[in-house]
Amino acid sequence: MEDASSTSGGFALGRDRGPSLAVWRWLAGGAVIVLAAALPFALSKYEVFELTLVMIYAIAVLGLNILTGYNGQISLGHGGFFAAGAYTAAILMHRYGIPYWATLPAAALICFVLGVLFGLPALRFEGPYLALVTLAMAVAMPQLLKYFEGWTGGQQGLNLTKPSAPAFLAIDRDRWLYFVVLVVLVAAMRIAANILNGRSGRAFVAIRDHPIAAAAMGIHTARYKTLAFGTSTLFTGVAGALAAIVIGYVAPESFGLFLSLSFLVGSAVGGIATIGGAIIGGAFIEYIPNLANDISDAAPWAVYGAAMLLLMYAMPNGVVGTVVPYVSRTLRRIGPLKAAFAGNGFAANDED
Amino acid sequence: MHEFLQQVFSGFSTGAIYASLALALVMIYRSTELVNFAQGEMAMFSTYIAWTLVSAGLPFWLAFLATLTISFIGGMAIERIVIRPVENAPVLAAVVVTIGLLLIFNSVAGWIYSYTVQDFPSPFHDRPLLGALMTTRDLGVIAVTLVMLVLLFCFFRFTTTGLAMRAAAQNPASARLCGIPVGRMLAIGWGLAAAIGAIAGIMVAPVLFLDPNMMGGVLLYAFAGALLGGIASPIGAVVGGLIVGVTENLVGTYLIASQLKLTVALILIIIVLVVRPNGLFGTATVRRV
Repeated sequence: MEDASSTSGGFALGRDRGPSLAVWRWLAGGAVIVLAAALPFALSKYEVFELTLVMIYAIAVLGLNILTGYNGQISLGHGGFFAAGAYTAAILMHRYGIPYWATLPAAALICFVLGVLFGLPALRFEGPYLALVTLAMAVAMPQLLKYFEGWTGGQQGLNLTKPSAPAFLAIDRDRWLYFVVLVVLVAAMRIAANILNGRSGRAFVAIRDHPIAAAAMGIHTARYKTLAFGTSTLFTGVAGALAAIVIGYVAPESFGLFLSLSFLVGSAVGGIATIGGAIIGGAFIEYIPNLANDISDAAPWAVYGAAMLLLMYAMPNGVVGTVVPYVSRTLRRIGPLKAAFAGNGFAANDED
Repeated sequence: MHEFLQQVFSGFSTGAIYASLALALVMIYRSTELVNFAQGEMAMFSTYIAWTLVSAGLPFWLAFLATLTISFIGGMAIERIVIRPVENAPVLAAVVVTIGLLLIFNSVAGWIYSYTVQDFPSPFHDRPLLGALMTTRDLGVIAVTLVMLVLLFCFFRFTTTGLAMRAAAQNPASARLCGIPVGRMLAIGWGLAAAIGAIAGIMVAPVLFLDPNMMGGVLLYAFAGALLGGIASPIGAVVGGLIVGVTENLVGTYLIASQLKLTVALILIIIVLVVRPNGLFGTATVRRV
């Protein structure tokens, strides 16, 4: 019965679909942000902390999505760049007493440079070979961190004082950090959307889909592949710096190969060539292991692994990669105005 | 000089183990273009099966053969049940499935056998040979690997099934048109890979001791070995595995403290790959566009 009323509406409104959709999307995005801003006051401190970690992982996964999803380069080493960002922040705060917010641009810069340097030899590699090279990064990182003890504090790691909120805001530390991370996440998604929907993004995708045709079209393949690498590690590095600030502690063992694999899993679960998928990926990384622990004390990782298998069977393109095309197909049939309304949940996180 | 040769020989022995696991990776990669991250944990699980059988009083070599059979069947079952559903899915989905498999095997092994380290019996006595250049254990490991290689070579070269498997790996569509059951060939490939991995696990367990995490490092070296040789080349996998084993030993002895051994070995491998991006025995793939 809904169908009949909305199809006629759909035809009538077909013309101003473009602008109205955009407006609705902005409104929806705003609503989600307002909701996200109100959320910490309704939750316990620990839940806020967990959500903060979800957002941090989301930024890291977003970085990986840019590289793997949009540019087609598989990385098993993003945990290494996450660590580089975390240690940049930690060392700057610990040794030089630099305020926490100032460490973010530093981590961004260092990880961008690292990523570009890494992207250069990676130009020669494809598929599993690139996976090995990045894997080497993931494996080497904890060892290197332990080796340069003077800087990194070795096995013990570095303890940081968690920054507190500015005095005029009467909120506690964890909620303040939640907002800091939220702002960074929104900015990161916005920037990623702009890059990916622009000239560079089209170049990334073209190189992924058909490198030879892309080169024939005049795209400087090497430059854009390296740029994709650098952009990707920049995001992940910033996420690492945020993690160091929020957790208040860095140690080599938290940045092992498993972290890199988690990012890849999060990316695949959310949908590799999506922006909104990163949030689902971040939530998967943060919540599913705990959930698995509740389900089975004896073999929690088996439950986690099983969850991965089932998700991949059900949605091989990831949650957002499967749900969004389905929803938008359905909505297109129902009508554009409705689409804008119902798009709230999904479109807000998606690129616009 | 004596010490150098000693390190080379003991490197050959660990290299033989890496080579076996690398070969298992290559077997799966050739047929499905998929790097099986669970290969190491599958091998670990097989080793636990062997340990259970030996503990139950079975003679070592009987337990060895029984383990290979069980692993072969298990590997086929995994391909049929776990991998088949993502056969046509994006590569990353398949990769995530193998990572999930890795976690499941690791966790289940820890659950059944606990994470405490177990002694694993070695079939070879540890006696020095050739003026202490190598031990009988090293020789035994190398011999087992060689026998396995010869058997595999004969299987692929002289049997109909081997030929069919090669055909299925090279060109699935044409193979299917010739009446080769490609799906079954894939399953056999996974079974063989699991059995080869089991050999690697059983050979390495007396040295590393048995625990659910023992294959993590070995898998990395095997992966490096497989790529160094060229991921699609079985001979390359063996040579690559041996080179990685020897390099690892020499780097650890002469170049740098052993805490950075893995890092340095990987960097060396990457340098080689920068010069030869398709591995030592790989050929550049030419694609028609």
